[in-house]
Amino acid sequence: MAEVKLSQKDRMSVCWRHQFLQGSWNYERMQNGGWCYAMIPAIKKLYSSKEDQAAALKRHLEFYNTHPYVSAPIIGVVLALEEERANGAPVEDTAIQGVKVGMMGPLAGVGDPVFWFTVRPILGALGASMAMGGSIVGPILFFVLWNIIRMAFLWYTQEFGYSVGASIAKDLSGGLLGKITEIASILGMFIIGALVQRWVSISFTPVVSVVTQAEGAYIDWANLPAGSEGIKAALEQYSSLGAAGLNVDKVTTLQGNLDQLIPGLAAVALTLLCCKLLKKGISPIAIILALFAVGIVGRLIGFM
Amino acid sequence: MGGISVILVILVAFLAGMEGILDEFQFHQPLVACTLIGIVTGHPAEGIMLGGSLQMIALGWANVGAAVAPDAALASVASAIIMVLGLSGGSADAQTAISTSIALAVPLSVAGLFLTMLCRTIAIPIVHFMDAAAEQANFRGVEIWQLLAICLQGVRIAVPAALLCFIPADAVTAMLQAMPDWLAGGMAVGGGMVAAVGYAMVINMMATAEVWPFFVLGFVLAALGDLTLIALGAIGVALALIYIGLKDLAKQGGGSGGGSGDPLGDILNDY
Repeated sequence: MAEVKLSQKDRMSVCWRHQFLQGSWNYERMQNGGWCYAMIPAIKKLYSSKEDQAAALKRHLEFYNTHPYVSAPIIGVVLALEEERANGAPVEDTAIQGVKVGMMGPLAGVGDPVFWFTVRPILGALGASMAMGGSIVGPILFFVLWNIIRMAFLWYTQEFGYSVGASIAKDLSGGLLGKITEIASILGMFIIGALVQRWVSISFTPVVSVVTQAEGAYIDWANLPAGSEGIKAALEQYSSLGAAGLNVDKVTTLQGNLDQLIPGLAAVALTLLCCKLLKKGISPIAIILALFAVGIVGRLIGFM
Repeated sequence: MGGISVILVILVAFLAGMEGILDEFQFHQPLVACTLIGIVTGHPAEGIMLGGSLQMIALGWANVGAAVAPDAALASVASAIIMVLGLSGGSADAQTAISTSIALAVPLSVAGLFLTMLCRTIAIPIVHFMDAAAEQANFRGVEIWQLLAICLQGVRIAVPAALLCFIPADAVTAMLQAMPDWLAGGMAVGGGMVAAVGYAMVINMMATAEVWPFFVLGFVLAALGDLTLIALGAIGVALALIYIGLKDLAKQGGGSGGGSGDPLGDILNDY
């Protein structure tokens, strides 16, 4: 009997279908339907008898759940195992299920922080900051970059899994994955720090003090020269006095005082408070609704 | 809204619903979904701005393990449609329409959450039909049930979107205009703060004592307005690489120097 091999076309077909992994996500066996759907081109190629095909389909409808992208190296390994089995190697059902279950846990632990909590917030924030100014480049940049990264990852890690076969499972606990996760969490925390500073906006409006400034500390609007000379004089004084020189009274708001400590101090305090509340098991939705309520009340009493 | 616009909106909603579960192409992210709805209804600029603002709020929304995040798909599609209705009803100005839509997006994301839980429950009998098809080596059967399950998730968003399209535009505008200033302003204030919740979700996922200093660095450096996000990203990557490199070096140094006074520990470290 000639050896059956999965061609590159077969593997690409599996890779394409693998994108629909979560389509039939269910509370019973989670991603099992999508996994089986992705395996179909390989099963068709490897097994010709009806009994073998039915057994393979059932084998791949077992419980499965991981991050949808890092599932790619797993399916690569399973393709290699199925190929060996079809060619007569003694690969048991339990071995295949064992590889799937053994890899899905640790890999999901890498996929979540890397994709959902590092790459997506960074690309999303980049696109969103452009989009808020009304630029179409923002959404396009986000969409294109994300999908290039995603598709390249899906294909190359699936090929990697396929080429190393079962031996990859041994490397999982090794240093590389840990290192990737560590780099992602450092980068992620750094960027989140920046985002908190830039995009969480709180401003307290109460006035702390109103001071009448000494002569010379403000622009004396009544005694400026007439015409364009006056504008020039005013601008010159403005550039040396700063914004406080525009009026006789210097108004200090609570916000101004806080910003002198560190700009964005209130934002970071709010974020840390949210961290604490989330850790106590309070639902994010409840916190979001509460923040809107605080905003409305704050506005009503003129505090924010 | 014209007939073609409505059909295109429903199509975008369908894509967003599918992606809400697949999480691959990202059609459900506000940045993409709101932009597309803005384009097909003739309000591209407002759609993009709404998408950008909502994206900032939704950055940390992701389903991990047992934690269930608000649903971005329904939030972005429905709030974009409401914004468009407010705009095409005439007099509501773009800024009010955008900031009220942001506030509306939050309760919508909760509604979307219940719908997706419903779909995930309906998918249980679907995989039992797959089992039956597998029993007979019926490839077609397995494929059809899988595609049906995906379409179900699309319909989850497409139906509410279609219903919203038939609300008369002047009703939405009237509602927006009837909103008192303190309510609209307060919602805008709240909208500025809710981004913190998403960021907090990310922090809780990744924070260890070791990486907190990087949070502080990012926070302080971001106050320098000249640094763009790309520049900050480059600094972040550089810091991460330097840190990991030094840490490796420290490990090796500790081993060969034998300075720790713990030979067994050194051997283990080397190993």
